[in-house]
Amino acid sequence: MNAIKDLILKMADDALIIGHRNSEWTGLGPTLEEDISFSSIAQDKLGHALQLYTILHEDHEEQNPDLLAFTRKAEDFRCCQYVEMPIGAYDFSLIRQFLFDHAEYNRYQMLSNSSNNRLAALSQKIKGEIKYHVLHADTWVIQLGNGTTESHDRLQKALTDSMPLALGIFEKSAFEAELIRNNIFEGEDALRERWLGSITPILQKAGLELPDISTIEPAYGGRKGQHTGHLKPLLDEMGEVLNTDPTASW
Amino acid sequence: MVNKVDHNLEKAIWEALEAVKDPEIPVISIVDMGLLNDVSISDQGEVTIAMTPTFTGCPAIDYMKADIIEKVGQLEEVKSVTVNIDFSNSWNTNRITKRGREQLKAFGLAPPPLHQGEIHMEMLENVACPYCDGQNTSLNTPFGPTLCRSIHYCHDCKEAFQQFKPV
Repeated sequence: MNAIKDLILKMADDALIIGHRNSEWTGLGPTLEEDISFSSIAQDKLGHALQLYTILHEDHEEQNPDLLAFTRKAEDFRCCQYVEMPIGAYDFSLIRQFLFDHAEYNRYQMLSNSSNNRLAALSQKIKGEIKYHVLHADTWVIQLGNGTTESHDRLQKALTDSMPLALGIFEKSAFEAELIRNNIFEGEDALRERWLGSITPILQKAGLELPDISTIEPAYGGRKGQHTGHLKPLLDEMGEVLNTDPTASW
Repeated sequence: MVNKVDHNLEKAIWEALEAVKDPEIPVISIVDMGLLNDVSISDQGEVTIAMTPTFTGCPAIDYMKADIIEKVGQLEEVKSVTVNIDFSNSWNTNRITKRGREQLKAFGLAPPPLHQGEIHMEMLENVACPYCDGQNTSLNTPFGPTLCRSIHYCHDCKEAFQQFKPV
């Protein structure tokens, strides 16, 4: 593992796993539009994961994208624990989509200026797609935050409950200083500040209260391969078809 | 990149590429969609094409790649065709040609507005209806039947319609 591989792998794993979770809303969305929105966002995320795994395969001697996605063990994944959590109720999934996609949008925006040209060009592209994910989340968070007492209270509870997991997105890797020094990525602390700057005005418009994050212990571990019990069943299901016959051609 | 003696071949290749369509919007060619970053021809007739997808997760990429290889490969002077997926110069909706925009509208898809690089909610909320040109429309959802479309409603002609959304 090196700095750039570690960075791309965690981003790709985040995208793949949140993409799978979002796709679990297909057919179950609370309205038809929401069903299609979560499904479309899922499809975008899988596209992002594919292109990031492709960079690892072509430039960094990793296995091909399918093998990276479907055949690794849970402890080899570098996604944050937040993305692996089950979809829960719609309030949890919407708040996750909001918190996670604002972090992603800012991450790709920062990386569009990366000294790694290939990553910078791809980030520029991906950023434009995530813009729509963020618009989707903002619209619904503001609408439901100002909706009924029940919708407001459920979003507030989901937000408060999710905060340790959301802060886990910004767990630093062993290569943090090197990434910053080489102008590859400005780092997780800088990202978290930008993220707070993005979500705070939307939460204010939604009438929701951001918990005091200085008192919250982030759910770290995912970036080191320490995962909750929810990741392995997800991987088993996701790779079920391929793993019945890994040599089959499609 | 193109050898000057190969002008006729170059022309034939572009004509062949005009026949390659996005299967999700079969009225518009990949040329008018602005998907091609580069076409180069070696002295030996080896053609290399750099294509960039509309959306990163576009499921039609492999289909279009195969279609390019088939259609360009049929030309007599072409020895081989290689298609590379290229994000170094990535696609945005400003790259759709004027003719392409007209074809989208005729297909019933509102063409994407030209933009300066940043997409704002207002750009999605104020879209002219492709059927009656009415301006009194509203956005239903930014996600539609394919990744590249949003769904709108026209209060003038009372029709739902789709927009090829700006990215």
